[in-house]
Amino acid sequence: MTAERAIDIAAAVRKGERSARDVVDEHLARIAERDGELHAFNLVLADEARAAAEAVDAAVARGEDPGPLAGVPVALKDNLCTRGIPTTCSSRILEGWRPPYDATVVERVAAAGGIAIGKTNLDEFAMGSSTENSAFGPTRNPHDPTRVPGGSSGGSAAAVAAQFAPLGLGSDTGGSIRQPAALCGVVGMKPTYGAVSRYGLIAFASSLDQIGPFATTVADAALLYDVIAGHDPLDSTSVHDRLPPMVEAVRQGEDVDGMRIGIVRELMEGIAPDVVAQVNRAADALSAAGAKVDEVSVPACVYGLSAYYLIAPAECSSNLARYDGVRYGLRVDAPDITAMYSSTRAAGFGAEVKRRIMLGTYALSAGYYDAYYGKAQRVRTLIVRDFDAAYKRFDALLSPTSPTTAFAFGAKSDPLAMYMSDVCTIPSNLSGHPAISVPFGVGEDGLPVGVQVMANALQEATVFRAGAALEAQA
Amino acid sequence: MSGWETVIGLEVHCELKTRTKLFCSCTNAFGDEPNTNVCPVCLGLPGSLPVINRAAVEYAMRIGMALSCSVEPSIFHRKNYFYPDMPKDYQISQYDQPINVDGWLELPDGKRVGIVRAHMEEDTGKTTHVGGGASRRSSALDNMGSTAPAGRTRIHGAEFSLVDYNRAGVPLVEIVSAPDMRSADEAKAYVNELRSILVAADVSDGKMEEGSLRVDANVSVRQAGAEQFGTRCEIKNLNSLRSLGRAIEYEARRQVQLLESGDVVVQETRHWNEDEGRTHAMRSKEEADDYRYFPEPDLVPVAPDASWLASVESSLPVLPAQRRSALASAAGVAASDVALLVELDLDDLVGSAIAAGADPKRAINRAANEVAADLEGARRLSVESFTALVKLEADGKLTATQAKQVLAAMLAGEGDDPAALAAAKGFEAMSSDALAAAVDEVIAANPDAWAKFVEGDPKVAGLFVGQVMKRTSGKADGRLVTELLRARAASAEA
Repeated sequence: MTAERAIDIAAAVRKGERSARDVVDEHLARIAERDGELHAFNLVLADEARAAAEAVDAAVARGEDPGPLAGVPVALKDNLCTRGIPTTCSSRILEGWRPPYDATVVERVAAAGGIAIGKTNLDEFAMGSSTENSAFGPTRNPHDPTRVPGGSSGGSAAAVAAQFAPLGLGSDTGGSIRQPAALCGVVGMKPTYGAVSRYGLIAFASSLDQIGPFATTVADAALLYDVIAGHDPLDSTSVHDRLPPMVEAVRQGEDVDGMRIGIVRELMEGIAPDVVAQVNRAADALSAAGAKVDEVSVPACVYGLSAYYLIAPAECSSNLARYDGVRYGLRVDAPDITAMYSSTRAAGFGAEVKRRIMLGTYALSAGYYDAYYGKAQRVRTLIVRDFDAAYKRFDALLSPTSPTTAFAFGAKSDPLAMYMSDVCTIPSNLSGHPAISVPFGVGEDGLPVGVQVMANALQEATVFRAGAALEAQA
Repeated sequence: MSGWETVIGLEVHCELKTRTKLFCSCTNAFGDEPNTNVCPVCLGLPGSLPVINRAAVEYAMRIGMALSCSVEPSIFHRKNYFYPDMPKDYQISQYDQPINVDGWLELPDGKRVGIVRAHMEEDTGKTTHVGGGASRRSSALDNMGSTAPAGRTRIHGAEFSLVDYNRAGVPLVEIVSAPDMRSADEAKAYVNELRSILVAADVSDGKMEEGSLRVDANVSVRQAGAEQFGTRCEIKNLNSLRSLGRAIEYEARRQVQLLESGDVVVQETRHWNEDEGRTHAMRSKEEADDYRYFPEPDLVPVAPDASWLASVESSLPVLPAQRRSALASAAGVAASDVALLVELDLDDLVGSAIAAGADPKRAINRAANEVAADLEGARRLSVESFTALVKLEADGKLTATQAKQVLAAMLAGEGDDPAALAAAKGFEAMSSDALAAAVDEVIAANPDAWAKFVEGDPKVAGLFVGQVMKRTSGKADGRLVTELLRARAASAEA
């Protein structure tokens, strides 16, 4: 069954040809049918979604335009704050907490007529690449339930792949949108750092986190991007630049005539041969569509993973300090404050979160700061410099999204093996540049392969155009 | 203590009186119902982000400029430590790139104290520990930014603790002086002067008792003439100028006693106990937290451009030191002689009176005594009538005593024409003939005493002045009477 496009749903609902309530009910039915197996959702917002859909229908009936997402169900990663609705980060430590406010992206989706249909599963606090680190159990890959969906936004990726929702929102700190998109065979896009407000996204690593869209098509991803992007006074790192509508960029997308595209040599090493084969095939397809494709070296990329695993844990050690049992979420009582802190955090956080808090605390400690955090930041500067050099010669860069197709549960129990899953996606987080993963062919196991297109800061239009071209050739 | 020198550096936390908090739009107010001025940002709720308050940056710039600092492009850091009054368990502060560096403050006696830095940071909430013998309101100095909280020891053993986050996120500027002060009095003068500057610059209400101004003192001692500084201790919980002075004197004595008995001073943070009049060790350098500072990724650098700097600079009022030197040079006195007038905002009155021809010394005396004693009444005192009063006294038309009484009447709102008030009180000036006659009568009535006076016995002088006063119903000018008596005695001898 071909997935229904969000663009078509919204168009039909806006014209009054379809009721949003019907759209929501159809999706809720699919969720009821299959989410027991997949566990894409931590929470399905059935009643809220129906009520919101009825409000959209009422608006249409009054002759009002509910907006570009009219009646389109959107799956929200459960690290996006939703007013009055539990937001857990798939962690015991936030169980029972209901935010008193909506994230900016949640507000914008609702204002555009989109329907929040549920809160999706993730690796605890977005730390992981398989959703196996969720405190509430993993999500299964809709293409093969014995395999992981990727992570950390595995729930949103699976929800879109399983047609529980045409659109999903995720967050991407080191690949957490693109890698699960690749493993689930959907489109996932990480915007330029600052293009989408982080207000209301529960922080993992603040200088790397970005919210972005999941969809089954590049055009749908662009539709959601256009709704969520744009300056937000509540986020100081939000950019003021006004970008043209990406939906327009996608319409011109099949035309990549003359676009200069570089295959990043360093990101083709250590990659499964069946994935490499698909990336090469993608390069050929782009070339056939008129792009000038060549190889390029971005040398500092190879240090990306190491730098990331100092910067991200360092920031997380500080961001997660507030989960101390004093104000909200889990509290494990103890005779004194220090014991209360440690019992609460010992009980509330899972192993991977604890590992990263410890790594980060160490990396920031007096006497180690320069050797670890300071040096990692210098590597980050080098990566930006090397990308700058590459973008003098190329409009876009091409690479695999993930080194492999979806892997089996438990296959990467060694944390370092798991960390390698993000080797191709991390560089764009460190540089703050936009990148998209587009499904392109399948691996030897018949599972989806994702190809990544990267571009310079704020060049999302290039990313969407090239992504659309790939999609057309896939 | 002889042979020893005390060396003092002060860290002053100043709460800015901005309308809203440093990183959110919550009201910045003292004394409201607990936890009413809070929002997701200042409560540090998951997903919330800080946004810098432009007014707070401007206030910080005003402080920097008023302290002759260089105002620099700056960034924020996170200072990480766990304490329940910190919603995020880190404090957003400035670390190695503060907004203001390298300035100075001039004390009324002309001495300059260096300002190392004056940086922005957010305040914490307030904890109250209840039960278990720990019942106390945490003091204003507890849990403030520069170091970990004093309350830390007290929270253990409490039955429960209450936290009020109204203060969390209130903008602070921490002003760090160089170790340039050498006595408790100098430290007090510094804080006093700093407070005047902060109030004049309109950035703080300067209320130490409400915690708007909080002082930590770094104290060390060294042998007089030594070049090296001694090991310092940081003293916390100084809630008044009096505490500051007492604590510094106590601490200096303690350190000298240690050194004189062959012991050493250990670098540590000490808590001043006002009731016991002594300091207690809180924690040593080794026990100090590792704050794991790193640049705050949720905020962008603060880089005021030239036009913003210029507009802030031009909006700064004339500061106390400039006002002191202006009045002092107009009056021909030392700046320290007019410090009180500037502090009481009476320098404009006196300066204008002097400009209008009033005698500087008399104008300063009347303002510093009678006017200063009735600041309420001073508001209805015009420069013209004050000038007229000082002139009446200088011209000998009113005695000093009479001038004081007329001025008091003016301050009390009985009128603004000193001549008319003097007349109403029957203070018309005495003619010199009448005064001379009165003096001669008193001399004639007291021949024995007069003989002693002529021989130079000072004890009888009072008797003659008193008698003349009595005979003239107090209208005589004491100074003129003394002059007349001396003149008569001189001619009697000759």
